[in-house]
Amino acid sequence: MPSLLPPPHPKERRIIFENISRPGYAPDIETCLAHGGYESLRKALAMKPSEIVDAVKAANLRGRGGAGFPCGTKWGFIKYDDGKPHYIVVNGDESEPGTFKDRYILHQDPHQLIEGLVISAFATNTRLAYIYIRCEFPHAARIVGNAIQEARTKGFLGKNILGSGFDLDVYVHQGAGAYICGEETSLLESLEGKRPYPRIKPPYFPAVLGLYMKPTIVNNVETICHVKHIIRLGADEYAKMGAPGDGGTRTMCVSGDVVRPGIYEIPCGAVTFRELIFDVCGGLKPGRTLKAVIPGGSSAKVMRADEIYQIQVQGPDGAMVEKEIPMLDVVMDASTLQSVGTMIGSAGVIVMDDSRDMVWALNNLNRFYAHESCGQCTPCREGSRWMSKMTTRMLAGGTRPEDPQTLGNIADNIAGRTICAFGEACSWPTQSFLAKFPEEFEKSRAAAR
Amino acid sequence: MMSETTTRQADHMTPALLAEADELVSHYPVSKRSASLPLLHLWQNHFGLVDDSGIEWIAARLDLTPVNILELVTFYPWFRREAAGRTIIRVCRTLACAMAGSYEVKEKFCEAVGLDPHAGQHGYGSAPPTTPDGKFSVEFVECLASCGSAPVALINDDLVENIKPSDAASIVARLQ
Repeated sequence: MPSLLPPPHPKERRIIFENISRPGYAPDIETCLAHGGYESLRKALAMKPSEIVDAVKAANLRGRGGAGFPCGTKWGFIKYDDGKPHYIVVNGDESEPGTFKDRYILHQDPHQLIEGLVISAFATNTRLAYIYIRCEFPHAARIVGNAIQEARTKGFLGKNILGSGFDLDVYVHQGAGAYICGEETSLLESLEGKRPYPRIKPPYFPAVLGLYMKPTIVNNVETICHVKHIIRLGADEYAKMGAPGDGGTRTMCVSGDVVRPGIYEIPCGAVTFRELIFDVCGGLKPGRTLKAVIPGGSSAKVMRADEIYQIQVQGPDGAMVEKEIPMLDVVMDASTLQSVGTMIGSAGVIVMDDSRDMVWALNNLNRFYAHESCGQCTPCREGSRWMSKMTTRMLAGGTRPEDPQTLGNIADNIAGRTICAFGEACSWPTQSFLAKFPEEFEKSRAAAR
Repeated sequence: MMSETTTRQADHMTPALLAEADELVSHYPVSKRSASLPLLHLWQNHFGLVDDSGIEWIAARLDLTPVNILELVTFYPWFRREAAGRTIIRVCRTLACAMAGSYEVKEKFCEAVGLDPHAGQHGYGSAPPTTPDGKFSVEFVECLASCGSAPVALINDDLVENIKPSDAASIVARLQ
């Protein structure tokens, strides 16, 4: 796998990707130890577990998997001394279209993940953890498995870690090609050896009734890696790097119609779309103009390049005032993107230029969701296929006048009516493409592409 | 569709395979059932597909009934009950790869190995379209999480990135 990491752009600050960027950095433990590996673990083992949880809260770390839930709050749901076994499951099922950061961490810096995981387990009184890796990363499963053995040999895993009296076992668990397993309760069912049908919340919040019905933390690979750096840098310095309520750096995965697609680790809220696309990623291909951006993985609502958003901002006197902001000047942090009706999600940014047909793009995503719906809830199982069939027919030249309304109606009847967030994930693309590019759904098409 | 095997895979277990199965089961001290997917992977990697005897063997090893294993094989796209080619070319179909030309790339792979590029998608549990000599299978898969180097394909265990349609024939020639 060739590196997608040229020297850092001035807007970048590489923490997660610091080692991966080093020429010749290898995934073995000696290389890791030569670059300060497991020093943060030593520091953490000298802290009280509650101090680590407080640091993660103060760092304003949000989950990097898509939902963006505050990590410290999630950990806070686990009662340290409740007498029950606790589990941590690392979600390395990276499958959200547009997202490709965990792949690099798992293949090229597995010890960063293991170190973050041991710290996280120590903080939450967890003695058994699993790293769930999608089976389409077969090398990653072997590399992380080897790294676990190395860490065990060095005393960073297993019994009495570094003389602290704390024990932790970690195993790799491979998925089997289903996107739904990235949903946390589905992932737990999969790990229990069952069909991965998501569980309904309440009552099955993982922190209460998780793996084997015991309190469980499910965190994304990148999220767990950040824990190491919160301990290394201190919560305050870590939080200061980012935006209010969205601390640290975030790995942006940029794909589509830009000159330099790839991975860019940028402090949260440090760039606008204009800066990311035209400065960091080298702009669009020659002669092209920007048409649309999906900002946070394929499930995030699409943004139209010529749109003007009304955003509440804090004025000089401290009062909130409404301000008009063109799409390109929207700042890419969690709360700003939420306020403009979309989400930072997994930070998978898919850029589309004026050569793209929005019905074609939506149809591609509709086929994805129709394929990946687990089939448990009727609105999603049937609706995702109906939407896919309709956009396929429209592309083939069979658009009917009532199609936009029917499509919207199907999507509206999936979102909010399913057990898991896949219902939203599969209807948001249709809802937003229809809302932002209505003209493309109304025109009749001559022929199939 | 059921597999058509003349011999039972379970009659060809080796001591090494049994030892690996024991090791995998030991990773799940709380519930053996968790070893279902790992044992299915072990089985399919070794035998190339999972036949009835494999489903029965795994179920027995984990104190389950065969349907507990069969329902996984029919859910997860990765598992199959029919033989695939020795080399499986899985081309990413999803948005960033499609924008970068993955449909044409898949067509060129099909042409290079001698498969009909427009053959229908296979169902769960069946093998992807496979050449009569058993050398190659070519199929579309959903997002492989490498959108920054689109279009990509997973060829057996290896990711191939930034594929041009004109590369397909030479990639296949190297795999012959």
